[in-house]
Amino acid sequence: MSILINKDTKIITQGITGKTGQFHTEKCQEYANGKNCFVAGVNPKKAGESIFGIPIFGSVKDAAAQTGATVSVVYVPPPGAAAAIWEAVEADLDLVVCITEGIPVRDMLVVRNKMLRKEAAGGKKTLLLGPNCPGLITPDEVKIGIMPGHIHRKGRIGVVSRSGTLTYEAVAQLTEIGLGQSSAVGTGGDPINGLKHIDIMRLFNDDPDTDAVIMIGEIGGPDEADAAVWCKANMKKPIVGFIAGVTAPAGKRMGHAGALISGGADTADAKLAIMEECGFKVTRDPSVMGKMIQSLI
Amino acid sequence: MKIHEYQGKELLKKFGVVVPRGVFCPTVDDAVKAAETLGGKVWVVKAQIHAGGRGKGGGVKVAKSLDEVREYASQILGMQLVTHQTGPAGQKVRRLLIEEGADIRKEYYVAALTDRASQKVVMMASSEGGMNIEEVAHATPEKILKAFIDPEDGLSDAQAAELATGIGVPAESVDRAIATLKGLYNCYMQTDASLAEINPLILEGNGNIKAIDAKFNFDSNALYRQPEIMAYRDLDEEDPDELEASKFDLSYISLDGNIGCLVNGAGLAMATMDTIKLFGAEPANFLDVGGGATTEKVTEAFQIMLRNPKVKGILVNIFGGIMRCDTIATGVVAAARETHLSVPLVVRMKGTNEDIGKQILGDSGLPIISADSMADAATKIVAAVS
Repeated sequence: MSILINKDTKIITQGITGKTGQFHTEKCQEYANGKNCFVAGVNPKKAGESIFGIPIFGSVKDAAAQTGATVSVVYVPPPGAAAAIWEAVEADLDLVVCITEGIPVRDMLVVRNKMLRKEAAGGKKTLLLGPNCPGLITPDEVKIGIMPGHIHRKGRIGVVSRSGTLTYEAVAQLTEIGLGQSSAVGTGGDPINGLKHIDIMRLFNDDPDTDAVIMIGEIGGPDEADAAVWCKANMKKPIVGFIAGVTAPAGKRMGHAGALISGGADTADAKLAIMEECGFKVTRDPSVMGKMIQSLI
Repeated sequence: MKIHEYQGKELLKKFGVVVPRGVFCPTVDDAVKAAETLGGKVWVVKAQIHAGGRGKGGGVKVAKSLDEVREYASQILGMQLVTHQTGPAGQKVRRLLIEEGADIRKEYYVAALTDRASQKVVMMASSEGGMNIEEVAHATPEKILKAFIDPEDGLSDAQAAELATGIGVPAESVDRAIATLKGLYNCYMQTDASLAEINPLILEGNGNIKAIDAKFNFDSNALYRQPEIMAYRDLDEEDPDELEASKFDLSYISLDGNIGCLVNGAGLAMATMDTIKLFGAEPANFLDVGGGATTEKVTEAFQIMLRNPKVKGILVNIFGGIMRCDTIATGVVAAARETHLSVPLVVRMKGTNEDIGKQILGDSGLPIISADSMADAATKIVAAVS
């Protein structure tokens, strides 16, 4: 088992004909069972054609109906990315992974609120990972996104982080000491996103093939603190925690009213303290995340 | 992206928010002329810089005669204005705003921003205007009211009325306060702002509600569709190194330490800074070269870091994914040569083509110190500079 995706997942690529979409689709196809997982692309102008042997459809709805795909990955450029997410939600997919970086925050606000309304009205709930994220991977089965496949190794440790390269850092440490990963998930660096740390921790907690989790966070926002509080009450597996940004200057990324609304608990020190209180084994040295998890299992 | 107060007031006015009559002035003579044209007996001379706390730093003065307007304008224009947001060097004042005086009976605080937790737009309002809102939030959080808004619905009259009455706007002025709040909300949404704050918003003797200050921040992801906002950009107010870096698509922020660092990815860049501190030194900058670094980009990154006289050593930390370590190594060697690098350089590389990258560094003949882990890299650079 794993979380969210496995070797049987059928995936649609939105933005498959763009430069980024093409580059990463090829890499994803090459990885493990990718050839069988990536079953459809979407581009209304190129419906009926194919690329890398993957048929292109005019809409996500068509692609899903014809191939049975339940997941999509979005590489559509920023101006159209939120609309692409909404198209996947309207097609009732299980999961949309949005890689695109630089989507206007207002567009994400609108699409997230539309998603919430659809769910509240009894519509199917579609999960969103990202935007501005590396994607997710279940080693030796399937990778959806832009992470380098070769640094991963099948194992029993879950990894969740907002950022890309910091996730790779944790993954490489686990691979080096022979532990490997059950799944590794990047939730993305944008302020308005879909799945958060707490959601991924829930999934890892329920996954029988995950023994422990490395949870990596950053300054800003309440996500890590929310996850920590949930873990204290519910998590049955050991967790190693790290927060990047102890040295980041305050107010450089957001006006102080932004820090105000999250209650002042969004500095790295505050988050580390909450995580420690909630039973995480926290470290201030990102070089030892792998070794620390090894000592806990 | 930030803009000036006078620009923020121009925007607010377009959305129906009442602001004092005022004139933007680049010279002292313009300031006196503006005061004459505005008429009245009291004027406010306001420094226009992209930082808060201007009043406390001496950048806002009330003049009671045209002579005083000239005197204050001469004092403020060209001064290095130091506030809690500018740093000790301060910011040079290049522009003034001359405004008519206001008959202030009461000061409020109102702001629009995006709340990550609820994924809604939040309108905040407080009876404690004119103060530092963070202090109000800390000491008396009950004095800050909030309304959460789904962008599909917008701010309703009922929500705006509740905020207005909640902060104590008198009954006869509530309609004017509602118009102000709705104007602020619409302005926030339509300009892709990330923060729109009026502090203080005042009640005048005649019952008018007026914005005395305007502070905006805009979502940089959305500037491509906001040409009007882009036209407000004032490059004089931006850090020259950060500006230079942005031309090369590098994300750079200067800090106070002496170890320059060059990293790919924002999360890893912050973690690298933290590791430098953990091992006893302070980072001189944040620098994310992003996913598509070329030799030119790396060279530019080195030049920007080295322009900072405090830099006594450089740490490069790269996790090769899509970006290959050999590409970065070639860039690092070229940059070290081109900049005649004279400070210690520690390079830590991991991931795609790591071995080829290390080979390139080793073959270069340059005194580059290689490191295996982030901790190893930090230990080595700290030792090299001390």
